[in-house]
Amino acid sequence: MRTDTADIERPARTPAFQPLSLGRKVRNHAATTLFALAFVVAVIPLLWVLVTLVRRGLVPMLNADWWTHSFYGLLPNDFGGGIYHALVGTLEQTLVCALIAVPLGVSVGIFLIEYGRNSRLAKTTTFMVDILSGLPSIVAGLFIYALWITTFGFDRSGFAVSLSLVLLMLPVVVRVTETMLMIVPDELREASYALGVPKWKTIVKVVLPTSLSGILTGIILGLARVMGETAPLLILVGYSRAINFNLFDGPMASLPLTVYTARKTSTEAGEYRMWGAALTLVLLIMLINLIATLLSKLFAVKTK
Amino acid sequence: MAKRLDIENLNLYYNKFHAVQDVSLQVHARSVTAFIGPSGCGKSTVLRSLNRMHEVVPGSRVEGRVLLDGENIYAPGVDPVQVRRTIGMVFQKANPFPTMSIRDNVVAGLKLAGEKNKRKLDEITERSLRGANLWEEVKDRLNKPGGGLSGGQQQRLCIARAIAVQPDVLLMDEPCSALDPISTLAIEDLIAELKKDYTIVIVTHNMQQAARVSDQTAFFNVAGVGQPGKLVEIGETGKIFSNPSQKATEDYISGRFG
Amino acid sequence: MTESTNSQRAAPPGENGAAPVNTPEGPVLEAPLTPPNPPNEKKVVRVGDRIFRTMATASGAFVVALIAAIGLFLLIRAIPALHANEANFLLSGRWETGDPEHLAFGIVDLAWITVASSVFALVLAMPVAAGIALFLTQYAPRVLARPFAYVVDLLAAVPSVIYGLWGALVLAPVLKPVAVWLNTNLGWIPIFGDGNVPADSGSNVFTAGIVLAVMILPIITGVAREVFARTPSAQIEGALALGATKWEVVRTTVWPFGRSGFVGGSMLGLGRALGETVALTVILSYTYEGPHYSIFDAGATFASRIALGSAEFNDNLTVGAYIAAGLVLFVSTFAVNALARWIESSSGRGKE
Ligand SMILES: Nc1ncnc2c1ncn2[C@@H]1O[C@H](COP(=O)(O)OP(=O)(O)OP(=O)(O)O)[C@@H](O)[C@H]1O
Ligand SMILES: [Mg+2]
Repeated sequence: MRTDTADIERPARTPAFQPLSLGRKVRNHAATTLFALAFVVAVIPLLWVLVTLVRRGLVPMLNADWWTHSFYGLLPNDFGGGIYHALVGTLEQTLVCALIAVPLGVSVGIFLIEYGRNSRLAKTTTFMVDILSGLPSIVAGLFIYALWITTFGFDRSGFAVSLSLVLLMLPVVVRVTETMLMIVPDELREASYALGVPKWKTIVKVVLPTSLSGILTGIILGLARVMGETAPLLILVGYSRAINFNLFDGPMASLPLTVYTARKTSTEAGEYRMWGAALTLVLLIMLINLIATLLSKLFAVKTK
Repeated sequence: MAKRLDIENLNLYYNKFHAVQDVSLQVHARSVTAFIGPSGCGKSTVLRSLNRMHEVVPGSRVEGRVLLDGENIYAPGVDPVQVRRTIGMVFQKANPFPTMSIRDNVVAGLKLAGEKNKRKLDEITERSLRGANLWEEVKDRLNKPGGGLSGGQQQRLCIARAIAVQPDVLLMDEPCSALDPISTLAIEDLIAELKKDYTIVIVTHNMQQAARVSDQTAFFNVAGVGQPGKLVEIGETGKIFSNPSQKATEDYISGRFG
Repeated sequence: MTESTNSQRAAPPGENGAAPVNTPEGPVLEAPLTPPNPPNEKKVVRVGDRIFRTMATASGAFVVALIAAIGLFLLIRAIPALHANEANFLLSGRWETGDPEHLAFGIVDLAWITVASSVFALVLAMPVAAGIALFLTQYAPRVLARPFAYVVDLLAAVPSVIYGLWGALVLAPVLKPVAVWLNTNLGWIPIFGDGNVPADSGSNVFTAGIVLAVMILPIITGVAREVFARTPSAQIEGALALGATKWEVVRTTVWPFGRSGFVGGSMLGLGRALGETVALTVILSYTYEGPHYSIFDAGATFASRIALGSAEFNDNLTVGAYIAAGLVLFVSTFAVNALARWIESSSGRGKE
């Protein structure tokens, strides 16, 4: 199916206005069909996953307790209970992650576009951001373990998870900031300088607001991404079936960890909880994606 | 207000490229000086060096002196930000801040400098918009985004924004080149009024415009690509257009080249 | 213009003062006397600017330091365990880390499962991703291309733990007959031979690779879409003008133009597959029997081995063994990603 050099050159030698030979026609149609099929092949697993989730996870979610209770005190065969403890954990962990990753990442983006521009450090930073975006999440978890728990001597906690998520979210924030700052026209910066506005104020008051909508959207999509991370959680925090609001102390549940842990309870009730938590997680991610779209519309630069 | 500029032996570079060579001229207070010349001769470059915008370009370099009422704006202790506050600039393409309302655009310079007094800001908004002949057109929509105005209105908004900080000198780089004839006339009228209070330097490709609005005209030229641009001559506008002392000027003005 | 300018421009600088109309002569004559500006040595920089610049630069440097720190800390924590290791780290397949007094661990089996599942995933995902990207950029109607692309991107939004559940509980049973058929009929090819678990177990590299392929599909497609869309329209129109069919246009212009970018994107996908953890932890069953070098093997990848071991994380030496595995993973994904970026950037440069 792939080409070799001889093939590449062939049509150039083919005279124009020749009626299409049957072989060319067939090949053309076959290619079209194949490419369209490839798309269908991608859609099948997506639909399959979503349908599975809804079919198995919807029933637990319809129970009112689901949103207000935890799994605390449930026996392996007990139905009921709720996901509240995991929601608390997921939201706290990702929020704290965002509090660290967003200012840091935006700042790196500002460095790359507004200050670094082609400097050696900027090039190295860009490369390292690329590497960071390919960092396996389990390695991020191991690093935080080696740093935070082994070296600094802290206990496992939700906060350690937040730190590892920072590593995974940081490249997303840097990238989106970089892209969005890049498309702010230089004329705006110059207009601001010409009014006697210092560079830093120009960045804060003119450049960033202009690109706010895009940066915000990117950040929220990045949040959605780290929200589903499971691997670092396995290393960095214990699972708790009870509600724990304290990020710095004790085991703490979260949605992905709940899904993972519930799988080990191989009873019907265990599966019920697992699929419920899984659907909740996906719905949360979809909700956040939706919010990102709305926010980008809301903060988009208006002309009317 | 309205100070004069003395440019002495100005040499301007982009990295290694010597863009402008040995320019010396005087810009009189409360008058309009026009820069004319073929494309690429360095008019914009000279203009941008007059409020230290040239150095915003990475790798650029300035040699020579620019005196604002006798004070060198390139002297060691001088803050470029301060210079730009005293010498305002209007660009070829209207560039209102897209995130700000019309009102905020006008007072952007003041607000970003920390001015908070609402009454004062409102006063200045009205005065500047009136000064830019835009007040009647936008007074009912001050809170609408500046990007919603027509091109000519946007350019006048940019002029209002520039005069809101009450500069001593106003630099304009082809302010009408993207505008229709009517908007152009509106801005030319505005320039005629503004020169009562401001020193104005305007770059233009439009000979008639230079003849109409300016008191003195400077003609720049460049020998070819990669060569530095130079000042050929400067003189009273009427004189330059009717009886220039250089043949190059005459050729350019009569449209024989460029 | 240049000509006439040239001939007349020779004189003016000197003449400028000599033939004045209105020109102030002074500055020109004074020229040699005016000392050049002291070039911006003592530039005035505002405090706010200095602080802001320092902060931004520091955060850039922080990212660089971060990557260095990751490598360094993993190394520091791995070394004691590697010293205490009673097995050959690179060549052994054992993984006995429960007793810190007698550590014996090696990565060869982990490496096999990791590479086998990732490469299998890549083999499946690459042609499909190329097809999707070509479909979206060259075939799909403009109005549909964006929503369709969004659908493919949605694949990336599904968390990996959910892919794991789907793979282990839904997909694996469906794949069983396929696996058995392949094993029976193509078993004479070593890669389809008997694994260390029965072919119908479902919890093997075969299932894992297919799930991984789905997971890396959006990554490869995203990059490929971008490069294919950048094919210069002049090239495409040139081919069309020669009477080429759509397929011939794709084969002669779009594909050669985007090929190296596509390969770069595939490398990114490979990097992602190598490091994928939870989906594989859920899908692969763990077995103490060594691999038979078949895609019907079960076992653990670097990442899933670490995840499985998290319960053992109570002694620094034991953890060190896992960290050593993590370090190998870090280095290999670093290499693969760096290679991917290099391919992508050099392909861009060649085309300019
Ligand atoms: N940012 C820059 N970097 C490098 N060279 C530049 C830059 N800006 C301008 N130049 C060069 O400096 C020379 C003078 O340019 P300048 O923009 O001042 O010309 P101009 O007279 O304003 O032309 P125009 O009438 O087309 O606006 C040109 O050769 C141009 O290529
Ligand atoms: Mg210009």
